[in-house]
Amino acid sequence: MSRTDEGTPTEATAPETTLPAGDLAPARADSWLARWWQSKSMRRFRRNPLAIVGLLIVLAFVVTATAAPLVTTPSRSCLRDLGLTAATAEAYKNPTNPAFYKIMFQTPTTCYMMPRVGYSPIPQTPEVSGTLLGTTSQGYDIFYGLMWGSRTAFRIGVLVVGIGLMLGLIVGATAGYLGGWVDNVLMRITDMVIAVPALVLALVIVMVLGNSIINLMIAISAVAWPSYARLVRGEVLRVKELEYVTGAQSIGRRPFGVVMRHILPNAIGPILIVASLDIGSIVLTAAALSFLGLGPELGYADWGQMISFARNWILGPPGQPLAYWYTSFWPGLVIVLFVLGWNLLGDAFRDVLDVRGNV
Amino acid sequence: MLPIVFFGVTVIIVLLMQLLTPAQRAAAYVRSENQMNQIPQIIQQYRLDEPWYVQYGLWLQRLSQGDWGYSRTTNEPVLTTLQKRFPTTAELALLAILPVIGVGILLGTAAALNRDGLVDQVVRVLSIFAWSIPTFVMGIWLLVIFYGLLGWFEPGRISTEYVIQIAQGDFRRYTGMMTIDAMLNGRFDIALDALRHLVLPVITLATVQSAQIMRVMRSSLLDALSEDYVRTARAKGLPNAKVNQKHARRNALIPVITLSGFVMIGLINGVVITETIFNYPGLGQWAAQAALSLDYASVLGFAVFTAIVVVIANLLVDVLYGVIDPRIRYA
Repeated sequence: MSRTDEGTPTEATAPETTLPAGDLAPARADSWLARWWQSKSMRRFRRNPLAIVGLLIVLAFVVTATAAPLVTTPSRSCLRDLGLTAATAEAYKNPTNPAFYKIMFQTPTTCYMMPRVGYSPIPQTPEVSGTLLGTTSQGYDIFYGLMWGSRTAFRIGVLVVGIGLMLGLIVGATAGYLGGWVDNVLMRITDMVIAVPALVLALVIVMVLGNSIINLMIAISAVAWPSYARLVRGEVLRVKELEYVTGAQSIGRRPFGVVMRHILPNAIGPILIVASLDIGSIVLTAAALSFLGLGPELGYADWGQMISFARNWILGPPGQPLAYWYTSFWPGLVIVLFVLGWNLLGDAFRDVLDVRGNV
Repeated sequence: MLPIVFFGVTVIIVLLMQLLTPAQRAAAYVRSENQMNQIPQIIQQYRLDEPWYVQYGLWLQRLSQGDWGYSRTTNEPVLTTLQKRFPTTAELALLAILPVIGVGILLGTAAALNRDGLVDQVVRVLSIFAWSIPTFVMGIWLLVIFYGLLGWFEPGRISTEYVIQIAQGDFRRYTGMMTIDAMLNGRFDIALDALRHLVLPVITLATVQSAQIMRVMRSSLLDALSEDYVRTARAKGLPNAKVNQKHARRNALIPVITLSGFVMIGLINGVVITETIFNYPGLGQWAAQAALSLDYASVLGFAVFTAIVVVIANLLVDVLYGVIDPRIRYA
């Protein structure tokens, strides 16, 4: 509709040899991409400057996480696990070398460990340590930690959303579709888990299971699923009443088939988006736990741990109160930006989609 | 519903504990090192190798009798530590609730009444930034600036010289809350010092939560302002302030009260982190320390305590609903 407006005489100053814009435009608008770009919700999204800022921040982090191996110097044990020696130390930057794919997609755990520049108990400035942003106490390279920390953040965020969503789908879809006492029991369990402060429950889980990045993800998934279960249940309840579902039931499809083939495909879209926007808050919980010392093992590239290193370096030596500012400033800034980006994006999307989670 | 929440939470905790060996569970009742060789007896005495539901029953029984286990972190029974540290944390949390409610509701109201105006824009940007600064980053940054650089506020509960004075003198603890006790003892210098130590933790704890309240208050007041009854009230000539205060704001408070239940949960999460950062000797710091040293009894005690707090908070929220909206009544 807006396309035909462009063909009005006011714009028809172009010479007659070129095609009038009105003839080309409908063809363009027909592709699904263009239609999506021109859709009402997308236009609302594009007009919101904060949403664009959020999107840019998140994209910047995606780029950072992807490029992290290429801009940092890995430790020797990482090189060893990549099958490289000191002589071929740069080989992993070459896309024709198998080590490139290994560090990109099958990253050995040792590559996530921050390399240590010396073992000084005192943080060192960039000039002294020869690193870009300085080192924390014990000589951990801050720049490496921040870059690889963004990989850790996405890994935690994506996996936890994935696991949490799986659990939420199972519980929410069962409760919503079957209804009755099943619904009642499942939703009361969900209420209970929501009622426990997330950090306290995750704290108990990590303590029992032990410190590791996998256990951290298990703990956060265990506190993340209830809100997805509520969301899924709501959507399933909505879709369940549609006529085509009754149709599917009446031709004798089993309940599992109805849920999987008919209900979920129609309910999953907004849920996926809302769930993926949780990555910010999930990474925040993970960082908080690892700040308390209940996260990945010592030396793992992880923002929360880097902030906890900084705790001991709030006071500088006499006369230089801000001598160790870089230990707390950089990791803090990166976490704030990450959370801010997701929050801005999440806000805009929730507005556009009009889907409300809990609260 | 509320007892169910409590039982559900404790069942979850006891089930998690089943991942440990009986000997590890027995560690929660060990009081000294010479007891380490009595682990088998402790397992027998507390029947820690029974099926989980039997253990759950026994555990609840012990809880109700006041045997919450022994905290290795503080070297005293868990219940004693809870009683000692609760006032300290309550002092922090209560002081943090004031700005959360005050700033949150006032700014949210101001933003909604000035929709798209300058105040609204500033409040919205502020709230999104405040909402995005994690507690632990904010705490560290505040310490770097106000302790490291300016030296105005220090971490901890009170200054060292007062710790000594309190330990030596006849300073009586009435409530366990340092500020109030100091005033009751007539020591206003100590009260002031205690308050000074509360400034940064309160700011840290309150910022995120007030941002949330602000956002919900703004959007729910905007919804209320577009209701028919508000238009009717304006049409019959009531003054603007009265319409806003009585007709719109009161109805707009209902979602805020719903949220305040979640704010309570957020405060508990925040207390653990804030107290750890500021070295503030409350329950949260104790729980975080205990979790690090695998002191199961303390962490369990804290978890049970939070479950109780959450139940009470939900109860308060339900009562508040009735106060704000007389249509809501409970049988």
